[in-house]
This record gives sequence, C-alpha cells and structure tokens, in this order.
Amino acid sequence: MLNIAKIRNGLVIDHIRAGQGMRIFNWLGLDKAGVPVAFIVNAPSKEMGKKDMLKIDETIAIDYAVLGLIDHNITVNVIENEVITEKIHMTLPERVENVLVCKNPRCVTQVEKSAPQVFILSDRKKGTYRCEYCDEARGEIDLR
Amino acid sequence: MLKGRHLIGPRDFSVDELEGLFTLAGRMEEKPRDWMDVAKGRLLASLFFEPSTRTRLSFEAAMLRLGGSVIGFAEPGSSSTTKGESLADTIRTVSAYADVIAMRNPKEGSALLASRFSTVPVVNGGDGGHHHPTQTLTDLLAIRRLKGRTDGLRVGFCGDLKFGRTVHSLAQGLARYPGNSFVLVSPPELRVPDFITKEIFEKEGIEYLETEDFEKVLPELDVLYMTRVQKERFFNEEDYLRLKDSFILDGARMRLAKADLAVLHPLPRVNEIAVEVDSDPRAAYFAQVKYGMYARMALFASILGAA
Repeated sequence: MLNIAKIRNGLVIDHIRAGQGMRIFNWLGLDKAGVPVAFIVNAPSKEMGKKDMLKIDETIAIDYAVLGLIDHNITVNVIENEVITEKIHMTLPERVENVLVCKNPRCVTQVEKSAPQVFILSDRKKGTYRCEYCDEARGEIDLR
Repeated sequence: MLKGRHLIGPRDFSVDELEGLFTLAGRMEEKPRDWMDVAKGRLLASLFFEPSTRTRLSFEAAMLRLGGSVIGFAEPGSSSTTKGESLADTIRTVSAYADVIAMRNPKEGSALLASRFSTVPVVNGGDGGHHHPTQTLTDLLAIRRLKGRTDGLRVGFCGDLKFGRTVHSLAQGLARYPGNSFVLVSPPELRVPDFITKEIFEKEGIEYLETEDFEKVLPELDVLYMTRVQKERFFNEEDYLRLKDSFILDGARMRLAKADLAVLHPLPRVNEIAVEVDSDPRAAYFAQVKYGMYARMALFASILGAA
C-alpha cells in the first residue's frame, strides 16, 4: 500500500465510500484550509473493499452534521501526538439548514432566494430528507 | 388556546383544538347574531396571489360576519410582487397593518415561509398543490355534520390526487381519527404522493387502497370526496387533456353507492360530477360551502382571541 507519513496532530476522515472523497474534500473547502492534506483514493479496506481517506495535518473545525449527511458511514479519528484519542461516528442530523437545495420547481424556495433551505430527516433507516416548506424529498447537496 | 396561532398545515391544531373549533362553528351557525361584533375593529389582510372566488369570499365573508374589516388583493397583478418584491417583504409590510393574514400563493411552502416573517397569525388559503387547511376544517366539519362522526369511516378520494391539495390536507386530517380507511381512485399519473401514503398511512398503520376501478369500490364508501383535474397544475396541456375526464360521477354510478353516502367536492366543479347528481340527497357539496364559512368564522374568532 502507498505510504503516507503519519500525522502528529490532526484528523483522519476514514471509511469514505470510494469515489466520494473529492466531494467531501470540496465540501469541507480543504483546498483553501491552508493546512497540509493528504487525499487517498481507492485504499484497500476489509469492510468496504475500497475506500477513500483524507488526512488533515491539523485539528480543524468540521461540520459533523453535514459530513454525516453526505455519508453516515464515515468515521473521523482525532489524532494527538500520533495517537488516536477519539473516534467520531457520524449520525444523520435531524435538521439541516442551507446544505440541501430543494429541486421541486413549485417550491417557494425556488423564488424566495433569501429564505434558508431547511430539510428535516424523515426516515433515518433510508436516510431520506424532506424540504420543510414543500415536503418534497428532492434535495441535493449544495456545493456552492 | 388558539389565540395568536398560525394555521399552515392540516396537523397544526390538535384533535381537541379542532373539536373546540367545530363546537364554536356550531354555536355560530345556530345564533349568528351573537357573534356579529366580536371582531369589531380588527382587520383581515386577504392576500390572493392566485385567482380564487370561493375561498377568498369565504374568508372575507367570515371576517365581515364577525364585525371585522378586510383589506387585500385578489390577484398578484395588484400587489408589489409584480415589481419584484419578495414574499418575505410583502408579509413584513402587511403584518404591520393587519391583525390576521389569509393568503393563497401558488408556491408550495409559501404559507410556512410567510409565517416566519409575519408578526400576526397567518392562515394558509392554499399553497400551490401542497396544503389547504381551511378547506380541511370545512370538510371535517361537513363530515361531522353529515355523518355524525369523523372516525370509523371508509373514505374515497377520486380524481386528481397528486396535485389536489384539498385531498392531501383532508387525508392527513382524517388519518388522525381512529378507524378511518381510505380508497384512492385516480389514474396512475395522478396518484397520492408518498408523503401521504408512505409516511402517514403506512407509518401509522392506516389501511388504504389505490385503484382505478371506481365502480368496484363505490359501494364500500361512507364518504366520497371528488376532485377536479386542475389545468393550472400541469406544465403540459397534452397531459391535462388526456387525464381530465378520467373519472366522472353520474347518476348510474350513484346507484351503486350506499344510501347514506355523503358526496363532497371542494368546488369549483368542471365535469367530474354530472349535473344530474346535484338533486340526489347524497350530494352535499353545496351544503359544504356554508360549513366553510362557519369554520373560518370560528377560526378567526379563535386566533384573534375574540371567542
């Protein structure tokens, strides 16, 4: 396996579904974070076959709710002095604001651009969300 | 306590609160003169961004019969939205003038958004194909009067069940009472959306049947709620023309139904109920209109704290 140097203090975003790593890299704005980041794609995984990983060489603030929404199988390892001090498992947030964008052409949020885009978790098992305004399950992650 | 509350969706008020409203509506119907001044000095803003005759007049008649006054507009052309004003700003402005707002707007979720920016109660008079909760108050009051109860009924919905907001709201309203089951008669393209079937009926264990065989299910029904296929909900004229005459209730079909069936319709009707049915004692859709005014009177009096 490819050898990437250990990080001393920082975060390892692990168990990212293969192919999703770039999406998460973009969402977290890691290109502009000003810290060294290693982006590993298609790393072998016993559980997943292949997975993507992100190693961030600093403990930066991350919106875990959003990360959970993108992929709730992700784990985040917090590294201090080269040791994992915490393993954070993602859960689906009950409510997300300005993350998903409603795709229903009849929804009021299509014309009222200043209104916050609010989605409510409607089925935890299926991971489905509905627009708080129009009830449609047509949200898409907004990567603006 | 309904004073100061918004009414946006069919489940905003508890079953007990609804019962209180229906009792109040009954008292108003019985002795309307006792209520003719209770909203004196109070102002309703009636904001109709989409044409409506029946609902708008029902709101305005309700407020006027309580002794209140009405301002507003009946079409978006006469509001500032034509100048590009946002709904949020319109609502902020209007809520500075009025004591209560009744609004119809073609965008789904517009009433919820309005309630977030209003300093006075907002009543949803229809937000696109989404909800129409005062029609639900009307329909529940009509069912209670006509059938003597709102539980243990086999209720049929027929026509446009996809875009028909009255159907969505009433189905959610009736699903809260025990023992009700639903028969959903529509072409496949106009079926009830899954936020009703999957997330309410199935989650709450409520029996429902989706069918295109109107005549087979007619004899089972206690209540039949007919709807019009709404031209304004289609992006494409071809689809509208193909589906508009899908299910028509006529005299021959009425002969298949129970003797005590109640036929309701939110009106306006186009051709989905043949005129010959109007003289059938089971046709209750014109009586339903009057219940609508009393339901709205009870609603305004309650949210204004005037009852």
